[in-house]
Amino acid sequence: MTLRLTATVAERDVDVSLDVEDGRTVALLGPNGSGKSTVLSVVAGILRPDAGRATLAGTTLFDVAAGTWVPPHERGTGLLAQDPLLFPHLDALDNVAFGPRSAGARRGAARETARTWLGRVDAAELAGRRPSELSGGQAQRVAIARALAADPRLLLLDEPMAALDITVVPAMRQVLRTVLRGRSAVIVTHDVLDALLLADHVVVMEAGRVVEQGPTKDVLARPRSTFGAGIAGLNLARGTTDGGGVRTAGGLLVAGIHDDETVPDGVAAVAVFSPGAVGVHRERPGGSPRNVFAATVRELEPRGSQVRIRTDEVAADVTAPVVAELDLAPGTEVFLAVKASEVAIYRA
Amino acid sequence: MVSARASGLPRWVLVPAAAGALFIVLPLVALASRVQWGSFWSLITSDSSREALLLSLRTSAAATVLCVLLGVPMALVLARTSFRGQGLLRSLVLLPLVLPPVVGGIALLYTFGRKGLLGETIDVLGLQIAFSTTAVVIAQTFVSLPFLVVSLEGTLRTAGQRYETVAATLGARPTTVLRRVTLPLVLPGLAAGAVLSFARALGEFGATITFAGSLEGVTRTLPLEIYLQRESNPDAAVALSLVLVVVAVLVIGLVRGTRGVSA
Repeated sequence: MTLRLTATVAERDVDVSLDVEDGRTVALLGPNGSGKSTVLSVVAGILRPDAGRATLAGTTLFDVAAGTWVPPHERGTGLLAQDPLLFPHLDALDNVAFGPRSAGARRGAARETARTWLGRVDAAELAGRRPSELSGGQAQRVAIARALAADPRLLLLDEPMAALDITVVPAMRQVLRTVLRGRSAVIVTHDVLDALLLADHVVVMEAGRVVEQGPTKDVLARPRSTFGAGIAGLNLARGTTDGGGVRTAGGLLVAGIHDDETVPDGVAAVAVFSPGAVGVHRERPGGSPRNVFAATVRELEPRGSQVRIRTDEVAADVTAPVVAELDLAPGTEVFLAVKASEVAIYRA
Repeated sequence: MVSARASGLPRWVLVPAAAGALFIVLPLVALASRVQWGSFWSLITSDSSREALLLSLRTSAAATVLCVLLGVPMALVLARTSFRGQGLLRSLVLLPLVLPPVVGGIALLYTFGRKGLLGETIDVLGLQIAFSTTAVVIAQTFVSLPFLVVSLEGTLRTAGQRYETVAATLGARPTTVLRRVTLPLVLPGLAAGAVLSFARALGEFGATITFAGSLEGVTRTLPLEIYLQRESNPDAAVALSLVLVVVAVLVIGLVRGTRGVSA
């Protein structure tokens, strides 16, 4: 369902205009306090804007000038927050069945729907558990199932993985990748990997305003805003799985940590790592197991206290003294090293 | 024993604290020491005692039901909305808590009595409220209602609205949210408030004797019976007093129990 939104919330100095095309996922990025969650609250109907209007699939959600206001329960906008907020007095199954029940389904039918959704997020075995008996990751899976079981026309996710233990984030991201496919959604995040792997479109907010938006690849490849630049420029190697790594079309093997160890070889995948994790050397480094790529420096780009070294495929961030010490300049032959533990590998 | 050193309290605080505790416990011990255990059972099962006890239980139960029916919506409005004059309304709701019960009784008399504000309306309906069992229930509800409202409003505020918001985004209408999320979540607070209201209703004396009088079997509740027996049959008064003490102890236990579950 297509969302068209313009809204002003004076108290929080937020003034945005934003579209989500049918079946697309938009990542809303920005520093803390930039108004990302405010936007979600306005769309969900939890917060009344001072001006603006929003339509979802052609029907009006609110129109301040016309005095129209559709209450949250009639909007069809599912909201998933950092905190799973499972109803503590209901077990996992009845939590998920809550949406269908509220829509008028009978208890049996609602539980049937709930079971299906729990299965889709790999949480079928948790059906009988109380929220207090679930781990953070399990609770968030149930919360995702609950949000989806309500059959929302638009799914709003407010940093859904921020409160999770870091070890369960990759698996959760995989779940979200599966359920978000073909669904209209807005995901607020400050993790660029979420934007890269979950969203088709990126909107960057700063100080309550949209400062940049566009297709994910464009924004991350050529950022124009400060925040966009800060998060962008991740090294991304596309290829196919090969053992514990990704083999690129150019034959380069990038070893890393896989989010799902059971993936067979030859599956399309991406390896992602930050330029900050890349070490630059003039001689081939030895020692601990890591990825070492021979490369030629193409460009040096100052970024605050750091300098970004660009080569044909991989970028590295180093400090200015390191640049001086290694005598780096365009054309210098270098070896780039990155530990496998710094590389995240995902199915593409 | 209390370890004052570990808590950082000065030791001398323990002395007035102990005196305070003694001040509360000693009268209860004195009361228990005056009970004629040999005739205890016959004293509390005499006709007038039984009648007073049953009347007290009946009217207090009815008052508690009324408190829940009126108090839950009041607590919801106070905790979940904001409007001009809400602070004033909250203070007014608390008024029966601090008002001398006899003043409450007089106020009720001039509201529901034959010559009261609503007296004529009630006359037209063919009802006579003052000096009836209904008057007892009204007096008890009047003094007990704040206990339920205050207790439940606090619980509602502590519980917050986050679950209610989630329920709304899942498509639940306000009535569904109230029935399936809000009330189940605050049930322990509601139970505690209801028990407190029941206890307050059971002990109600001043408003009852002023507004309902003291007709045996009709309006003479247990506290009124104790007051009357005090002159003619002190042993019966003491025995019945002990019954109310036991009920009070049970109530505190129940409230602590429900709070414990919610914590």
